[in-house]
Amino acid sequence: MKVKQMHDLFEEPQQEKIDLKLWREILKFAKPFKRELLTLIAFVIGVALIDAIFPYMSKIAIDRFVVPQTTSGLGWFAAAFAVIVTAQALNVYAFIMTAGKVESGISYEIRKAGFARLQELSLSFYDKKAVGWLMARMTSDINRLGEIISWGCVDLFWGAASMVTYLAVMFSLNWQLALVSMTVVPVLVVISLAFQKRILREHRLVRRINSRITGAYNEGISGATTTKIMSREEENLKEFAELTGSMRASAIRAAVYSSLFMPIVLVLGSIGTSLALWYGGSGVMREAISYGVLVAFISYTIQFFEPVREMARVLAELQAAHASAERVISLVLTEPEIKDSPEVVAKYGNSLNPDRSLWPPIKGDITFENVSFAYNPEEPVLTNFNLEVKAGETIALVGETGAGKSTVVNLACRFYEPTEGRILIDGIDYRTMPLLWLHSNLGYVLQSPHLFSGTIIENIRYGRPNASDEEVIEAAKLVNAHQFIMKLEKGYQTEVGEGGGLLSTGEKQLISFARAVLADPRIFVLDEATSSIDTETELLIQEAIRTVLQGRTSFVIAHRLSTIRSADRILVIRDGAIQEQGTHEELMDARGYYYRLYTNQFVEENQEKLLGA
Amino acid sequence: MKNIKLLWNHMDGNRLIYLGAIVSVGLAALFTMLGPLVIRVTIDSIIGGQPVTAPFPILKFIEGYDFQQFRSALWVPGLMLISITILRGLFMFLRGKLSAQASESIAKNLRDRLYDHLQHLPYSYHKKADTGDLIQRCTSDVDTIRRFLGAQLVEVGNAVFMITLATYIMVSLDLRMTLISLTVVPFIFAFAVVFFWKVKKAFQETDEAEAEMTTVLQENLTGVRVVRAFANQAYEIDKFEEKNSTYRKQVYHLVWLLACYWGASDFLALGQIAAVVAFGTYFTAQGTLSIGTLVVYTSYIGMLLWPVRQMGRILTDMGKALVAVERIQQILDEPAEILEENHLKPEIKGQITFENVYFGYEPENPVLRGISFSVKPGQTVAILGQTGSGKSSLIHLLARLYDYQAGSIKIDGIELKSIDKKWIRKHIGVVPQEPFLFAKTIRDNITLARSDASDEEVFQAAKEAAIHDVILKFEKGYDTLVGERGVSVSGGQRQRIAIARALITQSPILIFDDSLSAVDTETELAIRDALRSRTRQATTFIISHRITTLMHADLILVLQDGQIVQSGTHAELSTQSGLYKRIWELQSAQVLQAIE
Repeated sequence: MKVKQMHDLFEEPQQEKIDLKLWREILKFAKPFKRELLTLIAFVIGVALIDAIFPYMSKIAIDRFVVPQTTSGLGWFAAAFAVIVTAQALNVYAFIMTAGKVESGISYEIRKAGFARLQELSLSFYDKKAVGWLMARMTSDINRLGEIISWGCVDLFWGAASMVTYLAVMFSLNWQLALVSMTVVPVLVVISLAFQKRILREHRLVRRINSRITGAYNEGISGATTTKIMSREEENLKEFAELTGSMRASAIRAAVYSSLFMPIVLVLGSIGTSLALWYGGSGVMREAISYGVLVAFISYTIQFFEPVREMARVLAELQAAHASAERVISLVLTEPEIKDSPEVVAKYGNSLNPDRSLWPPIKGDITFENVSFAYNPEEPVLTNFNLEVKAGETIALVGETGAGKSTVVNLACRFYEPTEGRILIDGIDYRTMPLLWLHSNLGYVLQSPHLFSGTIIENIRYGRPNASDEEVIEAAKLVNAHQFIMKLEKGYQTEVGEGGGLLSTGEKQLISFARAVLADPRIFVLDEATSSIDTETELLIQEAIRTVLQGRTSFVIAHRLSTIRSADRILVIRDGAIQEQGTHEELMDARGYYYRLYTNQFVEENQEKLLGA
Repeated sequence: MKNIKLLWNHMDGNRLIYLGAIVSVGLAALFTMLGPLVIRVTIDSIIGGQPVTAPFPILKFIEGYDFQQFRSALWVPGLMLISITILRGLFMFLRGKLSAQASESIAKNLRDRLYDHLQHLPYSYHKKADTGDLIQRCTSDVDTIRRFLGAQLVEVGNAVFMITLATYIMVSLDLRMTLISLTVVPFIFAFAVVFFWKVKKAFQETDEAEAEMTTVLQENLTGVRVVRAFANQAYEIDKFEEKNSTYRKQVYHLVWLLACYWGASDFLALGQIAAVVAFGTYFTAQGTLSIGTLVVYTSYIGMLLWPVRQMGRILTDMGKALVAVERIQQILDEPAEILEENHLKPEIKGQITFENVYFGYEPENPVLRGISFSVKPGQTVAILGQTGSGKSSLIHLLARLYDYQAGSIKIDGIELKSIDKKWIRKHIGVVPQEPFLFAKTIRDNITLARSDASDEEVFQAAKEAAIHDVILKFEKGYDTLVGERGVSVSGGQRQRIAIARALITQSPILIFDDSLSAVDTETELAIRDALRSRTRQATTFIISHRITTLMHADLILVLQDGQIVQSGTHAELSTQSGLYKRIWELQSAQVLQAIE
């Protein structure tokens, strides 16, 4: 549910132009459904043709039976009618089925392609796009596209076929009468297009305000405590009422447009009918036109407006769908910034399922050679950064927020690539190897652990999907997670809830360590969590960290003194450069920036003691 | 029945407008029915020269009228037809406009009421509330009601009026034809109702399949780093593929059901039309039915079938509206917190005394047991304790988010329970561990409780919270939007903005509920320095695990299982054996070793 509201937040203003190139791209996805689409069009045209037969049947009835006052052959007439009815019912069934097949199929294909693309896109892409934005592209936009390709096709072809058939029948029955009764059609077309556009725009506005209302509720509920503490109830309600007020105004406006449109169409239609009645009626009296033709014309003039209205609606919706199409296609076509080069693919195979047997095993030496990096060109984060890490070494990165600690780690993990210089793993420039070579040897534990909905055992097994239950439990034991898991009613089969919401942060952290240990990576990255965990759990986690780091090349973005101290080497990062490095003792002796950072707390404590506070 | 009454109550103030809409529906239906009658008169009496029979008693007077005179002026019936359509259109327009006005106003009132009620529900409610469910009730359930009133009920009214009028007119014209025309109608109606009742499950399953698919998608996106770090992209693609194809199958299944429905229902409806035409032709050919009347029957059957077929869907949908009313009522029935109880509004200086205070979220299960301590204005109290030891509960009591069950809390000598809730909250600045920022600008977030604050005051508070320089670095400075559509703010920045927000209120009581946890050591030091110069004015509570944060306090309380097990200054507690000393050693032992 939450997800759904979130996309609404990312509904964007739409633009009006139709871009043919874009639709060509979309049609690529429709290609596998070419046969279905052609059948669909055939069925729809069939429906339109039969629709046109009904008034003609009335004409036959009147001219053939009523006027000559005979009932002979009426049985055949009824039988023919029954056949047509049955055919139409089957037609309707068939076109709905086919359209449904196309709709669900195309959405499925685009979604599949989109998801696969999302798996390839670099993290730099994710840094720029909010999850809600992506979700909206992948759900509502794709649904809208599938809908417009299938049902839009239905409406367009049905509308066009109906209009053509009606016109053909009417002109062949009596072209003068046809001309007279069709005089209002151009007016109708213009009015329909104008109205549909406006109605659609207003509906979109309503939807946008609606998503803001949803957002406001979300905020009101999540921020309820803050509101209470700040005593802001009245101001909040005032702001909210403004929002719902504009919602009401806009929704009523949309309703007024819609309810104005129908009457105008009807009145125009009645003008057409009246013209038919007036001109045709006189014709009947002059006996130039049969009763049957007059009745058929009255029906045709009434029916004719339906396809015009539908076409106008579809054309208006096509413009809206265009915006969806643009966003979806731009997502599908986004090239990942980091991907395997053609040479790498040629040598090791497709990036998702490469031939792992060709990979050299990773020892864990990591070298940064004159590495420069910037997230955006104006703000370099690292310049000429050099670093050599030996296999098995634990490196603690310390420094202020924004100093570049995470960047070093992101580069080492190849979540980003250097803009200049190169990074070597076991002496090999990692750009000459598949991404997965490094990534499948990587363990990563985040500050805020992320779990997937499912059971605990599934979450640990995420580290190595083919691990046995015993191996999973072994990993859990190694990081002290086993005890707390066994205390849960369902043990390893406990559901963790969406995003792991049913567990505490500390528990989630322990599970994420178990997951990392199970993966048994050569290179390990730990973005250490700061407090918010009680001291006892904290101790368990410290122990788990020690186990995990054992014998692996590791980077730790460290906040805890104990973790920092136990590192083999400490890098003090400041303004994108290594300000100081060495063991804890060496750095303390150097009395530099690290010394100041480290002793801040200590000095504080001592001063207080001396001053006797 | 109860729900209908509730709905009636929600309509208060808009009932007349709604009545207007219903009347318009009836009149629109009436004029819709008149159109074919004009055509009938034209064909039969003007062109055909037969005498006119009136379907309505009111129209009896036209029966003697000589319609032959219009033979040479067929534009007259034409104009008549147009005028009737204009009237029909007018009432259709009124129906749309009035029903929208009424239903949108009712929806707006409901939304506002829900919003206000939600913010007045007590903290204990929100603690347990499922945000997603609440939002769904406030949005989709309100929308269900809006649709019910704005479209569905009107549509049902339309169908009822149409069928009644058509039956009446048809019976007065020709009984045989009426029976023939209406035979299938009840079947179509019953079929529609039964069908949509049966497929409710399929709709639900499709929704669920979609929800499952979006969950996989969302978790994949939010956990993108985990996916990449374990190189599980292929695994994720398989997982998504499974949900994606299930969803596809569900949609397809649903479409199949609908195709069956529309196919069968079209068969019945078109068969009905065929029967009317065939029998009508037979009677007309026999001379027992006029051509004009035949046209009336074929037109009417065309007009009736659509609303009848729609009815099945609408009726099954309408059930939802009553459920929605009930779900909304469940929220509105939750007792709200009374903010202004006509209680005392004393001047608050910050002298606080706890005396043997007991409190439990369930009274039989107390989380605070016999808490007693006392603070002078301007003093700082630090609280240390394990998770669940009752630290946060203590803060909740002070802000009157909960009321204590036994003992006494006195603020400047006045019993806390007798002080107005809103008043006391205005005098307490609380910075929670995970502060909530609104999707507003940073400035608006800081001035949340003091919208009249000047720029200088905002800057001053932000400087003290060590966030001023950070804010200035944002492209739009203090006007930067926070949240998904604006900048993303780190945990530490969030905490510091919340600190500024609390400081700007100049409250005599300040509470920091572990609110420096995400701030790095250097920044924390800066904030602590700024606070120390302030604490002279405000009574301050600090909850933290970091001894360095707690050690300057005038009074340190160590909580364990809801009781104060130790209290004193840092000098005292760091030499007493107990939790404080243990943790202090844990945090400082290595430091000491390193230095010496």
